[in-house]
Amino acid sequence: MKRQVLFFAAAAVLLLVFAGGAVLYRGQQNQQAAQLAERNREHLLRVHSPFYGRADAPVTIVEFLDPACETCRAFYPAVKQMMAANPERIRLVLRYAPFHQGSDRVVAMLEAARRQGRFWPALEALLAAQADWVVHHQAQPERAWRHLEGLGLDLARLRAEMAAPEIARVIAQDLDDARALKVTKTPEFFVNGRPLPSFGYEQLKKLVEEALVASQR
Amino acid sequence: MRPQDFGGAATAWHLVFAAWLVAAAATLGALFFGEVMRVPTCPLCWYQRIFMFPLALILPLGLFPFDRKVVRYALPLAAIGGLIAVYHVLIVAGVIPEALQPCTQGVPCKEQVIVWFGFVTIPLLAALAFAVIVALLSVAHFRSPK
Repeated sequence: MKRQVLFFAAAAVLLLVFAGGAVLYRGQQNQQAAQLAERNREHLLRVHSPFYGRADAPVTIVEFLDPACETCRAFYPAVKQMMAANPERIRLVLRYAPFHQGSDRVVAMLEAARRQGRFWPALEALLAAQADWVVHHQAQPERAWRHLEGLGLDLARLRAEMAAPEIARVIAQDLDDARALKVTKTPEFFVNGRPLPSFGYEQLKKLVEEALVASQR
Repeated sequence: MRPQDFGGAATAWHLVFAAWLVAAAATLGALFFGEVMRVPTCPLCWYQRIFMFPLALILPLGLFPFDRKVVRYALPLAAIGGLIAVYHVLIVAGVIPEALQPCTQGVPCKEQVIVWFGFVTIPLLAALAFAVIVALLSVAHFRSPK
């Protein structure tokens, strides 16, 4: 029986070291991420970014989004719901992180649609049809066009304006800011400047609720 | 104590137990790098995992009750895993060139995210762990009563 005790004690020690190490490491990482976001505040918000909701809303969610990213599509209705549940109190600021190949061209389409005041309908149409124009994790902008029809967009003008150097600058700036904030995956959320402790809808909801409570004081 | 606790069997048992300790620590270590620290896992690392993880399960099965045949099942895994780890170490050291590949989402095996004291890399740790396991199991094989 002594051998069994030895074995299980050793197994327990190994598992405890693993779990303890994981907790310590995660805590340290979260602290570093929060400090990084704090230090790089100026990278978080840019005047050029599209936003939804009141400009002076007490809670600002910054989302780094890739229109070709499936999880971004999955999160979009959840964030919208959260905003609808707290009217006028949440603002959603979108930053572009077109990490998928070809996705930067789709972002350019969105920016060109924005010049015609149709940014959000265009984004929602493209997200809804994502499965059609993202093939094997590669964005295929030419397949995205037909989903922009019927939104009241002047598509000829959109095509011409997509190539505007200002739009390329916006994308480059957003990617640069993503790098500074160590955003490597999408979607990435910051709520009033605070990053998610770990990725997930519940974590986002909790952070938003905390920010809402804090803003009421 | 039962009779087989003395002499050869006891020693062999402890050697296999020590080999399991190394395998379990290596398994948890690999999981820590991959799942907690999120170090990307390159293809060669996956092959080493394939040979290390089962050792953490097979060896204890041979401990209770002690079955000297466990060496027969575990040693080939450790030996092949060790060869892959040595190959990986040589690639990292630049002794064996890695074929030029187009850039993909994956990680090249040559790139090392973790380097401690300037020379300790994950494949080196794996090669050491496999070598220790092979040595312990070989000695256990000769120590155990026929």
